[in-house]
Amino acid sequence: MEFGLSESQEALKHTARQFLAQHGSAADVRAVFAQEDGFSRQLYRRMAELGWTAMLVGEEYGGLGLSVLDMALVLEEAGYAALPGPFVFSALLATCALVEGGSPSAKEAWLGSLAKAATIGTVALSGEGPGLELDALAARRAPGGGWLLSGTRKFVPYAHVADFMVAAAGKVEENGAPALFLVETKSPGLRVRLVSQMDLTRRVCRVAFDDVAVPVEAELRPGPALLERLLDLGALAIAADSLGGTERVLEMAVEYSKVRRQFGRPVGSFQALQHAAAEIVADLEPARALLWYAAHVADATPESFGRAAAMAKALLSEVFSRAAQRSVLMHGGIGFTWEHDLHIWFKRARFNESCFGSPAHHRERVARIAGY
Amino acid sequence: MDLTFSPEQEALRSRLRAWLAENVARSGLKGPRPRSVDLDSETIARYKRWQQRLYEAGYVALSWPKEYGGQALDPVSQAIVNEEMLCAQAPALIGAMGLEMLGPTLITWGSEAQKRRYLPKILTAEEIWCQGYSEPEAGSDLAALKTRAELKGDCFVVNGQKVWTSGAQHADMMFCLVRTDPAAPKHHGISYLLIDMRSPGIRVRPLVQMTGERGFNEVFFEDVQVPAENLVGRLNEGWQVANATLVHERNMLGAVTQSQQLFGRLLALARSMRRNAAPLSRDPVFRQRLAALEIRVEAMKHHMYRLLTDRQKGRHSGLPGMINKLVGTELNYDLATAALEALGDAALAARDEPEALDHGFWPYEWMFSLGMIIGGGTTHIQKNIIAERGLGMPRIR
Ligand SMILES: Cc1cc2nc3c(=O)[nH]c(=O)nc-3n(C[C@H](O)[C@H](O)[C@H](O)COP(=O)(O)OP(=O)(O)OC[C@H]3O[C@@H](n4cnc5c(N)ncnc54)[C@H](O)[C@@H]3O)c2cc1C
Repeated sequence: MEFGLSESQEALKHTARQFLAQHGSAADVRAVFAQEDGFSRQLYRRMAELGWTAMLVGEEYGGLGLSVLDMALVLEEAGYAALPGPFVFSALLATCALVEGGSPSAKEAWLGSLAKAATIGTVALSGEGPGLELDALAARRAPGGGWLLSGTRKFVPYAHVADFMVAAAGKVEENGAPALFLVETKSPGLRVRLVSQMDLTRRVCRVAFDDVAVPVEAELRPGPALLERLLDLGALAIAADSLGGTERVLEMAVEYSKVRRQFGRPVGSFQALQHAAAEIVADLEPARALLWYAAHVADATPESFGRAAAMAKALLSEVFSRAAQRSVLMHGGIGFTWEHDLHIWFKRARFNESCFGSPAHHRERVARIAGY
Repeated sequence: MDLTFSPEQEALRSRLRAWLAENVARSGLKGPRPRSVDLDSETIARYKRWQQRLYEAGYVALSWPKEYGGQALDPVSQAIVNEEMLCAQAPALIGAMGLEMLGPTLITWGSEAQKRRYLPKILTAEEIWCQGYSEPEAGSDLAALKTRAELKGDCFVVNGQKVWTSGAQHADMMFCLVRTDPAAPKHHGISYLLIDMRSPGIRVRPLVQMTGERGFNEVFFEDVQVPAENLVGRLNEGWQVANATLVHERNMLGAVTQSQQLFGRLLALARSMRRNAAPLSRDPVFRQRLAALEIRVEAMKHHMYRLLTDRQKGRHSGLPGMINKLVGTELNYDLATAALEALGDAALAARDEPEALDHGFWPYEWMFSLGMIIGGGTTHIQKNIIAERGLGMPRIR
């Protein structure tokens, strides 16, 4: 029994923190606010040089074959930095979809270039769980073999810069059974429209499918189980991001409270602020342990992953939102300005709360799994 | 991360499980209880016997050093014992204050003679301890305590009063904070004494708690003679020792096994109650509440394993180690509050009324768990500690 990070994991986290402090500062985050891509390709290449996009790709495809926990640590740091861009959707979700369910030819075609960050993938799963909103996208058998996809997927992250997406669809001829397809974004009949939204560190799109043809090898299997796994990994990833975000808003509030003076003393000496900060810590530390546990079981005992991921997502997305709200309040008026960086995390927390299922959705899953 | 147990640990678990299966029923005791509640002397004797049998079987204080009756095992083994006791609904240990608070303090701070004299009797529950910290004028501001001890020859002479002393009415011994130098700054004139509760000049007056039970007491000292060798640590430097005990106390009060036990019982209750012609556990709103609580319990469980690992590796836990009491006691209160909502009017019925459900367990537990938010340093004080010592926020008083 050893519950904690290994030395190499501590080192990985430390490197990520330092790297993002240097290349992903709040100023860097702001620099992409107005850009349509919504992220820096140069930074993305640097991340690839550090091996981050290759973490979950097996060695046979030029990857590092690391664990979900390793990835979660990098994602925690990405949350701490409010890193913009498709990293998690490509290097974790699209990559795992291929590693765990891709046909041999699809793996061959994509994994190597995903690892090198020559390709960007994303996922179009929207909806909160298997079956939910699945009928928004329908897959019909094409006359000459393969599949025809039609319908829409909303809130697809970074579809406008992705080379392919892993899309969830219901199979028409099989009563809407869940299935996953790898769809290239350049496919005829596919239309991507950027949706402007609150969290400026993320980009999401509405993707319309108008009889988009995909070949047989584009199907990822087994559809239902893999879809569930991807939703769990997505929930975990957002939870990890929220952990880092919580640390950041806490740190900002504590630092500010030491320097801002009112009534002739630092505001951090007021108990109202001290207690608000302490409550964030009390939320944060157990949630961190839960996250490590969930990330660990994703590899070690996948049968317990669904419950753990649901718990981590339900807890951490609320912890982050609550911490961000408290942190804004602890800053006073300056915290409400566009100029101050805090709203970057405040809004990211809101994005995290709904992305891959609301806390209430995940609590209901916990209830169902435990058989209340 | 490695969440598997060693073969030795697994063996310990199955040995203990078998032992408990055979012995819990035989103890003649029902469920966990103790924690310094109102017990008649016969029940106390039964609880003492229970702890002694458990100790003789090798399942008490496993991580204590061998020379003082422990087995020098890793903290994880002790956690396994706690988990199995929980699963088996084994009676709680009546000597908990000695085992969890004084024992670890003595192991670090006690003299060799003190360790040999007191530790073995803590293990077997032969001597039950109480904690003499709080006074009428010294609660959260513990260092304001006034109970006076003067060294005269080879004895301290103690005069003053303690209050809220849990279990003093049936304790054999007290670990007690006294002022030995009234002229020194308040943190530097305090000493830590071990006092025999049968000493002449000690008077114990039980106080009735809001639960209706006698749990804590007033303790009056009038020229009580305490041998000088009963001083723990150095004269006037007892504050450090006192704080060591407080850290152990807070970990005990925040222990996750308590929350796990309450959640299990709450879920069973929710399954047995009905709302809108279905089990309450199927009610969409109540399910949300249950799940939110289960998630908090689960998070604390892993948090505890994280801290255990730190301890095993001799690492200081820092900030994460400061939250247990705050989080654990608040969580227990929330668990009990949810149970009261589940019970509805039945929550009002006295324990022995037929209207009382689940053996009248919850109303008592609900009040008790509020007491634990206050005892051992209130929630407010815990937050002060986290903010000031943990986060370094400015302290201006
Ligand atoms: C069930 C129970 C069992 C107990 N058992 C024992 C025992 O065995 N031995 C023992 O020695 N003591 C025991 N106590 C006493 C306990 O430690 C004290 O009650 C506790 O420390 C609070 O002290 P007080 O009651 O004097 O409250 P006060 O200190 O008077 O507090 C009153 C209120 O003011 C708040 N407050 C005080 N100071 C601050 C501050 N600096 N910042 C913010 N808020 C503050 C408190 O949080 C509280 O809300 C027990 C208490 C209970 C409830």
